[in-house]
Amino acid sequence: MTGAFRTKTGGRIDRQKSVSFQFDGKTYQGYEGDTLASALLANGVHLMGRSFKYHRPRGVLSAGSEEPNALVTVRRDGRRVTPNLRATEVALYQGLEAHSQNRWPSLNFDVGAINSLMARFIPSGFYYKTFMWPRKAWDALYEPIIRQAAGLGDAPTEPDPDVYLNTYAHCEILVVGGGPAGLAAALSASQGEGRVILVEDGAELGGSLLIERDALIDGQPALDWLASARQQLAARPNVTILTRATAFAYNAHNMVCVTERLSDHRADAQPGEARERLWQIRAADVILAQGAVERPLVFPDNDRPGVLLAEAARTYLNRYGVTPGRRVVVATGHDSAYRVAIELQAAGVEIAALADLRPTPSGPWVERAQGLGIKVLKGTAITGTSGGRRVTGARLSPLIGMAQVGKPDWIACDAVLMSGGCTPSVHLWSQSRGKVKWDEALDAFLPSEAAERAICVGAGAGRFDLAEVLADGAQTGARLAGLKTPPAFHVEATPLAPRGVVGAVPHDRGPNALAFVDWQNDVTAKDLKLAVREGFQSIEHLKRYTTTGMATDQGKTSNLNALAIASDLLDRPIPAIGLTTFRMPFTPVTFGTLAGLARGDLFDPVRCTPMHGWAEAKGAVFEDVSLWKRARYFPQGGEDMHAAVARECLAVRSRAGIFDASTLGKIEIVGPDAAEFLNRFYINAWTKLGVGRCRYGVLLREDGFVMDDGVVGRLAADRFHLTTTTGGAARVLAMMEDYLQTEWPDLRVACTSTTEQWAVIAVQGPKARDIVSRLTSLDLSSERLPHMSLVEGEVAGAPARLFRVSFTGELGYEINVPSDRGLEVWEKVVAAGAEFGLTPYGTETMHVLRAEKGFIIVGQETDGTATPDDVGLGWAIGKAKPDFVGKRSLARPSMSDPDRKQLVGLLTERPETVLEEGAQIVASPGGTPPLALIGHVTSSYASATLGRSIALAMIQGGRARMGQKLYSPSPQGDIAVTVCAPVFYDPEGERVNG
Amino acid sequence: MAEPLTMAMPDLQLGLSPAQPLVRFNLRCREADVAACSEALRLDLPTRPCTSAENGGRSALWLGPDEWLILTSDQDDPSSHLTATMGDRFFSWVDIRARQVGLVLTGPESARRLNTGCPLDLDLKAFPIGMCTRTVFAKAEIVLWRREVQSFHIEVWRSFAPYLKGMLAAAG
Repeated sequence: MTGAFRTKTGGRIDRQKSVSFQFDGKTYQGYEGDTLASALLANGVHLMGRSFKYHRPRGVLSAGSEEPNALVTVRRDGRRVTPNLRATEVALYQGLEAHSQNRWPSLNFDVGAINSLMARFIPSGFYYKTFMWPRKAWDALYEPIIRQAAGLGDAPTEPDPDVYLNTYAHCEILVVGGGPAGLAAALSASQGEGRVILVEDGAELGGSLLIERDALIDGQPALDWLASARQQLAARPNVTILTRATAFAYNAHNMVCVTERLSDHRADAQPGEARERLWQIRAADVILAQGAVERPLVFPDNDRPGVLLAEAARTYLNRYGVTPGRRVVVATGHDSAYRVAIELQAAGVEIAALADLRPTPSGPWVERAQGLGIKVLKGTAITGTSGGRRVTGARLSPLIGMAQVGKPDWIACDAVLMSGGCTPSVHLWSQSRGKVKWDEALDAFLPSEAAERAICVGAGAGRFDLAEVLADGAQTGARLAGLKTPPAFHVEATPLAPRGVVGAVPHDRGPNALAFVDWQNDVTAKDLKLAVREGFQSIEHLKRYTTTGMATDQGKTSNLNALAIASDLLDRPIPAIGLTTFRMPFTPVTFGTLAGLARGDLFDPVRCTPMHGWAEAKGAVFEDVSLWKRARYFPQGGEDMHAAVARECLAVRSRAGIFDASTLGKIEIVGPDAAEFLNRFYINAWTKLGVGRCRYGVLLREDGFVMDDGVVGRLAADRFHLTTTTGGAARVLAMMEDYLQTEWPDLRVACTSTTEQWAVIAVQGPKARDIVSRLTSLDLSSERLPHMSLVEGEVAGAPARLFRVSFTGELGYEINVPSDRGLEVWEKVVAAGAEFGLTPYGTETMHVLRAEKGFIIVGQETDGTATPDDVGLGWAIGKAKPDFVGKRSLARPSMSDPDRKQLVGLLTERPETVLEEGAQIVASPGGTPPLALIGHVTSSYASATLGRSIALAMIQGGRARMGQKLYSPSPQGDIAVTVCAPVFYDPEGERVNG
Repeated sequence: MAEPLTMAMPDLQLGLSPAQPLVRFNLRCREADVAACSEALRLDLPTRPCTSAENGGRSALWLGPDEWLILTSDQDDPSSHLTATMGDRFFSWVDIRARQVGLVLTGPESARRLNTGCPLDLDLKAFPIGMCTRTVFAKAEIVLWRREVQSFHIEVWRSFAPYLKGMLAAAG
């Protein structure tokens, strides 16, 4: 026996396998097949949580994914902690450790429950109204306190050790929901050729059939029919069945996301195991068989532990062998509660009374209940409950007319079961942007026009009769699969009248009675009334003001009642008030599932150059440049970055350095119109560039601002080798393709990315020629290969494009060899350079060297608002060209405003002071904020070559300020600087010609 | 991360191995010149989207209405013959042999494994033998080419190869 409330027989639990588990530190026993909720109920524990706002004690309300109350934290170990799980869906396993939430210090005694006594002072909109003034108190007082009190559960603090998988899948027919409608749909759809995927939220297929005791299908009890249906489906090769899998998002073009829980239900789940798998399923057709959710009744004190939905009690009884209490009051407006009462009575539970709001209920279930001696009170409302942490009695009042009640009767009980009828679950339908239409006869919103190739079947479409449900599923599946005759199922069942009640139950308990509509967000009928009184009329406003339906359960149990109450108050029909849109996810999804494998080393691709391993072996420190790893500097013997960079800079200036420039973007431009294309694309003139010559090109966006730059070499009349910035390669190529396809389709030219075709080895410094000439028979003399030229030939035994270019201001070469030869050639260059003191250098040194020369870096000197002239590149513009991208924008008057920020150099008064990059520049010292900011520092380094600091800056009207003294405010006081030309070293540029 | 994947040992458990040495060219050519180009390459350039053609060890993979990936053995170089034959016709022929690496994924699990990162329908009906396309595997761009029911050739830019392999291995 596992608990006093367990039946002797029945249920789908394995009574041979007893399982012990902990809830709030106390050990209980359950069975395999239990959920945490069913096992706790079997032990007589209803109190499973505290409510969000008032901290009221709460029991379990439902038996499924709609559960608003019983949110628990499941803890496997310090790293595997999951908050906010619905106890109704947590599968029990040996050793399960669960904790209640939103209570302190304990579930039984919670300090926050004071809020409940204060309820009349915390109406809807309380936060908006109360914390408005004084404004300053928000940051200091209100927000910290609200944050402390807000939220459900605690986020885990340790990294999640588990693995989350992803898979894409395709099918012709996706069936969401493994209840009778979904099963019938899958059975018939899979008779066709197409692939069928059947997704079921629960641990096993069956849905309502799992608790069906009465009906016969094809002459068999429902459970037997279910077993054979499951077998048939499992045997079909075109069927994929996913259980413990929640379809949580319906995206455009029938992309449905499903999270499959792989290990949460297993006691032996190990850290690092695959915990969940995200299925991204693209389906030609989607059949939504999501069923319906039972509506609670909105009556005072309806949230006491022990008050639960009638069908939930039936689920606990028939699926888990658990009774909700010993003496039960049933309050209903729907036939299904009679069935529950009959089945509970048969299980030995005393039905103290069955109060039906309907004045004249009739039909087979009513008759059967009465025939079994159940005390049926027609036209009776439940108007309250007694008890603290468990219900002890129900207050039943006779209805007088539609809105008034007479003298109440108290009936002792330990559980209250309620039923307002069934609300079709249109969540995914709504996510798919399908329309709904109000059905007067059913008091329900039903799916109407579809936006996707989706169709709802069964209870989700307002069909509640089992025969109709099965036929609906079978016919729909058959139609989509192209079958002529759908399978037919013969059902013998006692029908339930489909209609229930919506809205608040009338009562005489005064204006302050707490009749809950939304259990999870603690919204009462009174809150809705207040909001309407304050002028909120649209459901969208009511929802946001009162927060009804805005909890993690998205109002599965509350929305329709809230609408009906608003409709009643506003005296407008429900469809005129509208239904809010359901959003993804259907139930909360773990972050792990959304992240999948994209974490740690696989978070993003890590791109490495062919020479990466060499640099790594030499102890290089790397930096991330877009997705690339680039060697930043090569520290030796305990050097810090400053020392290493100073040494590398001096080596390049005095001897030679070797640098891995492979990450530079490269694009090969081929075709007879290649030069014309570049003419139109870049600001420079290209037509006259000779074969074998290079030019520094600048690319603008349409708005005239610098977008990218790089050296372009002409390999042949119709072939250019173009380089871009490391981070800009993809966007430049995309822009080229865009222009070629949309603006200039007439140009006979094509662009091919060659970034990774070529490894690029830069050799820079006065000894560069000596070193490179050891490796090639090519004529490297300045006559044959002057600065800004290129030659194709063999270098170090590899086919090469040898560029004579310099980003350092020194004599330099960039050896381009096929990537698969990169490392080999690099090593040969290193060996050849040994006697010349060739020193490897990284990006940091490259930055210093180019700054000494005043060469800009796009994205550092430019920020998307710099014109070529602003950064001193006005000379590059081909003045005679009729047009180029961005030309028209450059003609705007503001683009030539002399007061625009312009690139200048800054020298600090004290040579050892290095300005902060990004620091602001002001005209005069000692001002009090707000200061007039006239510019900012873009690059700043200690230059070993110059023995002092240097900086580049963008300063308003900077070129007219040469020699001016300006100031950079800093926490240590104003730093005086002098404006100078942005070229600090070799201003005549003679060294490149060496 | 830096280990060049082409040199890597085949991963038997994954069914992933480096492709045979290949040279690769990116070919761009307009519709009017497809026939001439096909003749020059002795290979019928496919014009139906996402299809491929093979002849004498040379393969052409359709990547776009005017774009093909040409794969051939490392002993073969059609470049000079093509240039000579095409004369004044416009085409773009770029050597990209070192830009990317070829991987072969083989085995009964290959399609399922690819679907852990590639969103395409790899059912044989939707993606038959010979079909090829530029697509993605997680965050890496790839060219996927089905050679047999259970065998796919993948072309990926060399710096993305370790990521691709890591994702395939982790995907389970």
